[in-house]
Amino acid sequence: MNVENPLPRPRFGSALSALRGGTGTVSVLLVLIFVVIATQNPSFFEGPPLMAFAKKAAPLVILAIGQYLVIVSGEFDLSVGSLVGAQVVIAARLIDGDEAMTFPVIGVMLLFGLLVGLVNGLVTTLLKVPSIITTLGTMLILFGAVRYWTGGAPTGALSENFRVFGRHGLDGVPGLGQLPWALVVAAVLTVGAILLMRSPYGRSLMATGDNDTAAAFSGVRVGRVRTLAFVGSALMATVAAVLIGGFAGVTAQVGQGLEFTAITAVVLGGVVLGGGRGTVVAAALGALTVEALFTLFNQLYLPSTIQPTAQGLIIVAAVAYASRRTDPRPPKRRPRRRPDHPNERPLDSSRR
Amino acid sequence: MRAPRVLLAGAAGLTLILSACTTDAPEGTEGVEGSNGTESSPDAEWFDQAEFDAQIAQRDIEPEGPENEPWMQAIEPEWVDTSEFAIDAPEDAHVCFSNASVSNPWRVTGFITMEEQVEALIDEGRIGSFDSSDAADDDNQQISDIQAFVDSGDCDAIIISPSTTATLTPAVETACESGVPVIVFDRGVNSDCMVTFIHPIGGYAYGADAADFLVENLEPGSTVLALRILPGVDVLEHRWAAAQRIFADSELQVLGFEFTEGDGAQIKDLVSQHLQRGEVNGIWMDAGDGAVAGLEAFEDAGRPYPVIAGEDELSFMRKWKEEGLTAIAPVYSNFQWRTPVLAAGMILAGEEVPAEWVLPQDPIGEDELDDYLERNSDMPSLHYAKFGGEDLPGFPQAWVDR
Repeated sequence: MNVENPLPRPRFGSALSALRGGTGTVSVLLVLIFVVIATQNPSFFEGPPLMAFAKKAAPLVILAIGQYLVIVSGEFDLSVGSLVGAQVVIAARLIDGDEAMTFPVIGVMLLFGLLVGLVNGLVTTLLKVPSIITTLGTMLILFGAVRYWTGGAPTGALSENFRVFGRHGLDGVPGLGQLPWALVVAAVLTVGAILLMRSPYGRSLMATGDNDTAAAFSGVRVGRVRTLAFVGSALMATVAAVLIGGFAGVTAQVGQGLEFTAITAVVLGGVVLGGGRGTVVAAALGALTVEALFTLFNQLYLPSTIQPTAQGLIIVAAVAYASRRTDPRPPKRRPRRRPDHPNERPLDSSRR
Repeated sequence: MRAPRVLLAGAAGLTLILSACTTDAPEGTEGVEGSNGTESSPDAEWFDQAEFDAQIAQRDIEPEGPENEPWMQAIEPEWVDTSEFAIDAPEDAHVCFSNASVSNPWRVTGFITMEEQVEALIDEGRIGSFDSSDAADDDNQQISDIQAFVDSGDCDAIIISPSTTATLTPAVETACESGVPVIVFDRGVNSDCMVTFIHPIGGYAYGADAADFLVENLEPGSTVLALRILPGVDVLEHRWAAAQRIFADSELQVLGFEFTEGDGAQIKDLVSQHLQRGEVNGIWMDAGDGAVAGLEAFEDAGRPYPVIAGEDELSFMRKWKEEGLTAIAPVYSNFQWRTPVLAAGMILAGEEVPAEWVLPQDPIGEDELDDYLERNSDMPSLHYAKFGGEDLPGFPQAWVDR
């Protein structure tokens, strides 16, 4: 994965500020976790185990990027876990083991994702329902609809072709053994999202999240920008569903709780809830960190029952730390500078 | 207004703690020993030596009852008289069922079987109508569901599948006091006020079937990984307690246990990690959900398949057949869902029923594999082979189109 922060930095104190922000904290935390894993299991960094880790982590990275788009615009998307579950169940039912159906069904899944994203976005922006309510509703609707449709037990089977993306990879890569397709997909989407955030759309999105009134006055079509963010999140969830379904097949529990894991990953990356701040790379690193934490707990033989507690403590500590380090000096003393780009640096600490 | 960063971080932190709980926290975890299963003796809270011995013995007792209808068989029944509950017109009788939930494929399969059995009984005129409520695994909801049945006064018999043992006991007693016959099945309650309590042999026998198979089919010194759904549920804890007892007396080395919530992705990831660290020769599961994902971890790592104890869930049994695994399918008899409505019909007709109706619970071994796969060939993969509904009028469509 790309560990460098891709955004151009201000000329002064660039190295220092890189370490201070959320990206810095999450990078340090990730390295720390990897070091502890290495002491427990030195072979973890040989090719195959590392690639197995990447294969498992890729779907969460993709979900985190989708969630990032929504969170940075000042909203939430709680529906992604249910959407992943629904997509996998739909795929299994429609494909039913028939190889020829693989790509048509992936097309159907993308359309369904598009539809769910549009509904989330339009209900939030046009009907002015807070997104936490809208997507909570979507989550319940999808969860219930899938239960109703399948009677609680998914039927059908995924085809081998469908499962290639989440399960297999390019074999015979020197040093790695197998380069998982899931890693390739995650890397491509990460780069795509970085480019997106540097485009005019990305800047509008960031500005909307920071202060939507100001953004609207400066000509941003806030509703459209936000709706597209929801569509992006739903499409990312669809891709994640293809990878998760491929990785482990169909079970009744697939996707459960993923929305919170994705939000955890994004926030751990220092992306501020409420919008307007944070980078794609930080969100992706956050996802890797969450997965690395799961791996670490497993390597340490930490009792499963205490794992969520430890996870919660580490995450709160990390976010609090990042927040302390980036706390700006009091506004009075802070020289007002005209920022080059709205997404590079907080415009100002005073907010709505 | 300026929102202090500290507050934002605090809010974020709160969200995260909540999220951590929702993502993986099994609730009600007290009583589960800490370290991941390196201790070899069962937890005292979940292990009752007398009950363990009784269940181990029951596995070998020939049940009474019609030979091809295991749902009507009973192990060492003590018949009780029910003539006080007999009613004049059973064809008008209204039977009420308070269900804990249909939150997993095992319960879904069972509930379909129950509904089909109800259709058959209504056609025969043994009962008149049937009504069910679903508490979605919520104790409080189920208590009020039962109360509502009692208050309505419409029920001629009440069937209860309790969500938890201790909490539902008073509600079951309330139902008993209303004077109508009460039938409890699957999980029990701490009371004997019901007319009959229907259940398969139990969790100890299930865990022992699985553990015995691994002990017999693995070389001494082999390693075994235990995959468990979640802690704190008595039927699952009993399975694990029995397995711990048997593994402790064997030469097998238990690597540890992992809680998976039956999620395929977690199972595959956990098994892969264990394979990275060393050999895994055997897999013990407290329920078969996601067994196939666990086996795929072996495939993807290029390692030989383990000896595995899954469940009679079809996805696992089909994989077993395809790959020629050394495996066993312990069974928590799904056909038990037929028995309570049959018992209701018997009680309303004043026929004797066993006070504790212990149903047979035989694992499916290699020799029976082909037979059960053949009988269930149209069924979806998350269906249970010993669902016992082949002779009901709705077969097979009701279970295929779920």
